[in-house]
Amino acid sequence: MTLRLPAFELLTPQTLEAAVAMLADPAATIIGGGTDLLPKMKRRQVTPPTVVSLRGITEMSGIHTDDEGRCVIGASTVLEQIAISTVVPPVLAAAARQVASPQIRNTATIGGNLCLDTRCNYIDMPELWRQASGHCLKDGGEVCWIAPKGNRCWAISSSDLVPVAIALDCSVRLASRDGDRVIPIEDLYQNDGIAHQTMSGDEILVELLVPRCDVRATYRKLRRRDSIDFPLVGVAAAARFDQTKTCTSARIIIGAVASAPLRATDAERLIVGRKLTEDVIEEAAQLAARPVRTQDNTDMGSRYRKWMTSVYVSRALRDLVVEDA
Amino acid sequence: MSAERTVVGRRLPRVDAMLQTTGQLLYADDLNPPGTLVGRQLRSPHAHALIHRIDTARAAALPGVKAVITGSDLPITFGILPVSQDEHALALNKVRHIGEPVAAVAATDAETAQRALALIDVHYELLPEIVTLEQALADDQPLIHGDGTGQNIDRTAALEFGDVDEGFAAADHTREDVYLFGGNTHAALETHAALATYGADGKLTLWSSTQVPHYVHRTLAKVLELPAARIRVIATPSGGGFGGKTDPFSHELVAAKLAMLTGSPVKINLSREEVFYAHRGRHPVLMWVKTGFENDGRITAMHFKSFLDGGGFGSYGAASLYYTGAMQTSTYRIPNYRFEGLRVFTNKPACGPKRGHGTPQPRFAIESQLDQAAADLGLDPVTIRLRNLIEPFSMTVNHLRITSCGLRECIDEVVKASDFTSKHGRLPAGKGIGLALGSYLSGAGLPIYFNKMPQSEVQLKVDRGGGVTVYSMAADIGQGSTTMLATVVAECLGLEPGDLTMVTADTDLTPVDLGSYSSRVTFMAGNAAVEAATKLRTRIVQAVADKLETVPEDLVAAAGRISIAGDPNSGVSWAEAVVLATAASGPLVESGSYTAPKLAGPYKGSGVGISPAYSFSACVVEVDCDAETGIVKVDDVWLAHDIGTAINPLLSEGQVEGGVYMGLGEALFEEHSFRGALHRGPSLLDYKMPTTLEMPRVHTFLIESEDPEGPFGAKEVGQGPLLPVIPAVANAIRDALGVRIDETPITPDKIVAALRAAGRREPARVGPTTVPKFKFPDLIRVAPPEGFTTS
Ligand SMILES: Cc1cc2nc3c(=O)[nH]c(=O)nc-3n(C[C@H](O)[C@H](O)[C@H](O)COP(=O)(O)OP(=O)(O)OC[C@H]3O[C@@H](n4cnc5c(N)ncnc54)[C@H](O)[C@@H]3O)c2cc1C
Repeated sequence: MTLRLPAFELLTPQTLEAAVAMLADPAATIIGGGTDLLPKMKRRQVTPPTVVSLRGITEMSGIHTDDEGRCVIGASTVLEQIAISTVVPPVLAAAARQVASPQIRNTATIGGNLCLDTRCNYIDMPELWRQASGHCLKDGGEVCWIAPKGNRCWAISSSDLVPVAIALDCSVRLASRDGDRVIPIEDLYQNDGIAHQTMSGDEILVELLVPRCDVRATYRKLRRRDSIDFPLVGVAAAARFDQTKTCTSARIIIGAVASAPLRATDAERLIVGRKLTEDVIEEAAQLAARPVRTQDNTDMGSRYRKWMTSVYVSRALRDLVVEDA
Repeated sequence: MSAERTVVGRRLPRVDAMLQTTGQLLYADDLNPPGTLVGRQLRSPHAHALIHRIDTARAAALPGVKAVITGSDLPITFGILPVSQDEHALALNKVRHIGEPVAAVAATDAETAQRALALIDVHYELLPEIVTLEQALADDQPLIHGDGTGQNIDRTAALEFGDVDEGFAAADHTREDVYLFGGNTHAALETHAALATYGADGKLTLWSSTQVPHYVHRTLAKVLELPAARIRVIATPSGGGFGGKTDPFSHELVAAKLAMLTGSPVKINLSREEVFYAHRGRHPVLMWVKTGFENDGRITAMHFKSFLDGGGFGSYGAASLYYTGAMQTSTYRIPNYRFEGLRVFTNKPACGPKRGHGTPQPRFAIESQLDQAAADLGLDPVTIRLRNLIEPFSMTVNHLRITSCGLRECIDEVVKASDFTSKHGRLPAGKGIGLALGSYLSGAGLPIYFNKMPQSEVQLKVDRGGGVTVYSMAADIGQGSTTMLATVVAECLGLEPGDLTMVTADTDLTPVDLGSYSSRVTFMAGNAAVEAATKLRTRIVQAVADKLETVPEDLVAAAGRISIAGDPNSGVSWAEAVVLATAASGPLVESGSYTAPKLAGPYKGSGVGISPAYSFSACVVEVDCDAETGIVKVDDVWLAHDIGTAINPLLSEGQVEGGVYMGLGEALFEEHSFRGALHRGPSLLDYKMPTTLEMPRVHTFLIESEDPEGPFGAKEVGQGPLLPVIPAVANAIRDALGVRIDETPITPDKIVAALRAAGRREPARVGPTTVPKFKFPDLIRVAPPEGFTTS
């Protein structure tokens, strides 16, 4: 092993209260499965002196249905468990099955997936490479190499589950010393590669709350290889239809094209009140892709990913079409 | 004495299979003698810079640091080819690419070594970065090698065989096309690693994951200024090479030097990122090819230009350059042929040999162009190829001696098995099928440095209990060379491969084999082993014949006995025979060797491309393309390979499948690409190799043409099967979608771009359209071999 972890102190609280107390220390960082955090530590992108593992907190792991019929997924639940679950909405299980590789899914947690750091091929690189390129904005430098004239970071929100969770209108429970709060998961993200999450550093994502699923929903992921790869674009869509197959509500979320999942509100508005004919789908797909500004910061160029955004939105919408019985 | 073959041709597992699969085989990084220090190299973050000063005092003062060295500690240059002695173990005065080693430390542990590197201050003066072909050809840029400014040309080639202008004049149809083969790298599973010890007896030992212990041995002697007799190099079991471990490397020299300075064992294990910087992978080659055809598809002449981006050092580049021009003629009969080639230096990691060395690039170009020409002439892809097929036992216009050749049978097999003819042009939208051919060396005809000694030697020793030990420097890099040696020796002696003890790849213990490159080991070490084993058998059979009062001609060595032919239970056991022979004629020690026949044609550069025998392959690929996303799924690959004789069909099929895998990776995924001088992603997440999920069904056909000079008729299989895979994919995509992607890798974005261009009524193609205006040197005109007809 030539890539080594920097030294750190590992804390293993057994209760949420203990974890919350430990996280009051601003130097402490949460670790779930570590599939995102540990490689970054090895590459010296981050070197937290204290790492707090949530794995010992039993109530944070597992899936159950609460009194309101919501499916509650503990943040420490590993993705493989979600992938094979018959309790979670099928679209969430399907998205989980498309994350990374079997080995990673057996370790990676949903908490880590929902809090996955944004990615960019100027930052997720070895140390010498980052030195050679000149450390970028997210890496402690002065400029974002993707858009050197701007003043923000363009790293990409790359989680497969986040777009689905937003499409399903999920909420998350966050815990800190100041107590619990439940917020719509959509409000957890903002379009900035560095400050991509709205939660504060001392908050723990405790669980994902999935409302009773009465929508038709789908997730379409584009990647080059059928395993391992992050999404080049990921589209989650969920909609309700009345008896006449007219769409009554819709959510279309595009992942991996910005620093936060992008909601295609124009396209959503277009399809509500209509039937999902091919023409409507095409128009919605064009509308959805229009504001997308992909950058050249992951595999394949920005132009291709922009093209694929409309292709994938239309594929997702086609999945929602109610077939004749 | 004749006998049926009993071992050759059987599907036996590798002789080291159990050790390998149970983890008992020790790789370089598994070796940890007591007191081993961790060696680490500091690497340049700059692509092109002068080094003014290196301050190591702070690093040396760090507790736990045992030695710190820089370029001035190892000032002697080296390089794999005698004509390219342009590398330093640690950069001296100048760095030429990002990731070039500039200093090194040995420390008690990895953390200390890492911290020490951070304490070394290097004062650089930045120079302009030269990263493209155009920049390299500008005459106002600083020289990457040498002082001052000028064109960064490594070397050029310009050869003409026959009369190309006349050939074009005789053509009914000519095509000019431009292709780009993108660079890619080996990405062997095992990263490079080396361990060095320097004993109190003044002997240096280096264990290294290398394909070429002999060349590493010579390089250590040169750079460390030690007598070769005091150096021992052991090539450890290998987690893959593919040409990536065929150069002597900085970390090998540095580990040795640090061991000498500290008196402790020193180990250096490269990280994945460092392997990407060490590279020596496939050259990116821009190619222009003009070919003349008669109306029936027959080629009248070809003019081929190649432009190689060599990166920062020579490495094998001089050979790579000639290889991009040498083997166009070995699958098709090209009556008049002109080759002009150029290799430039750029500020990127050095390119070198990768499976197929310098030939997959032109193979991609000419097989793509043949399909285009076939379409122009209204021929199908099979017909145009058959019309031009090389003949067995013939000479090519550039003086390659072709012996056995089963190419026609290869085509027949894959065309039939894939149902190519009824599918081509007729599959449903998005589905397509493509064909391509290839051929490769069974060993380079000449050694890397000029000498008249054998290219391979094998020794055998028999102990008094009957145990046979085989000694050969051939390095098993996963291709199964040790099993091959055991098999041919066992066949000669009537034993089982597993009965033998194999001692390989150790410069102290084993006689020279030049190394595992150019697909030479089966042919050359195999022949040496047959010679040694035949001598041994002769002595043993003679002793038994004397004892049984018969003649050797009546005896056979089979199933562990020396018996009378036709009566397997007669005679004596192998062990008894060994006792008889030792008593009769003394120690049972024999040797054999192989030297290739003199094959080089009468011109400079003729050393590249010659081989005692050539393998041939034909490949059909069927794809299923998504026209919206450009994603290509390969459903089936049919690959027929003329192997001469399959000494072990199981291992041979493994080589074919591995070649298909690697070829598909190069065709569709893998790209050693750069943003300026910066590698785009030196990791296995960013460097996209296919996974098992991308691997199609592979239908392998081994064609046995029994080469008259090969051991038991065998030729190579390690590299050749890769060659036709890449153009077959390109041709299949053309059949599926009507687009030509004349540039590898054929990634989804290129396919979609070509389809969109077609939608705008522009050419349905992605690829380069021009080559740099470059004045090649005057052509060396070479007369074709005697009796060769150029019309
Ligand atoms: C090769 C490779 C391929 C990958 N492919 C994909 C892919 O295709 N799709 C995809 O979505 N992801 C992918 N990933 C990313 C990652 O593996 C997954 O997103 C995984 O779910 C992260 O979970 P984890 O538990 O391992 O996270 P960790 O690494 O433990 O944590 C990730 C981040 O979340 C924070 N965090 C973790 N848990 C909590 C919590 N409960 N509360 C607050 N913060 C928390 C951590 O502090 C850290 O910053 C890939 C990773 C690798 C290495």
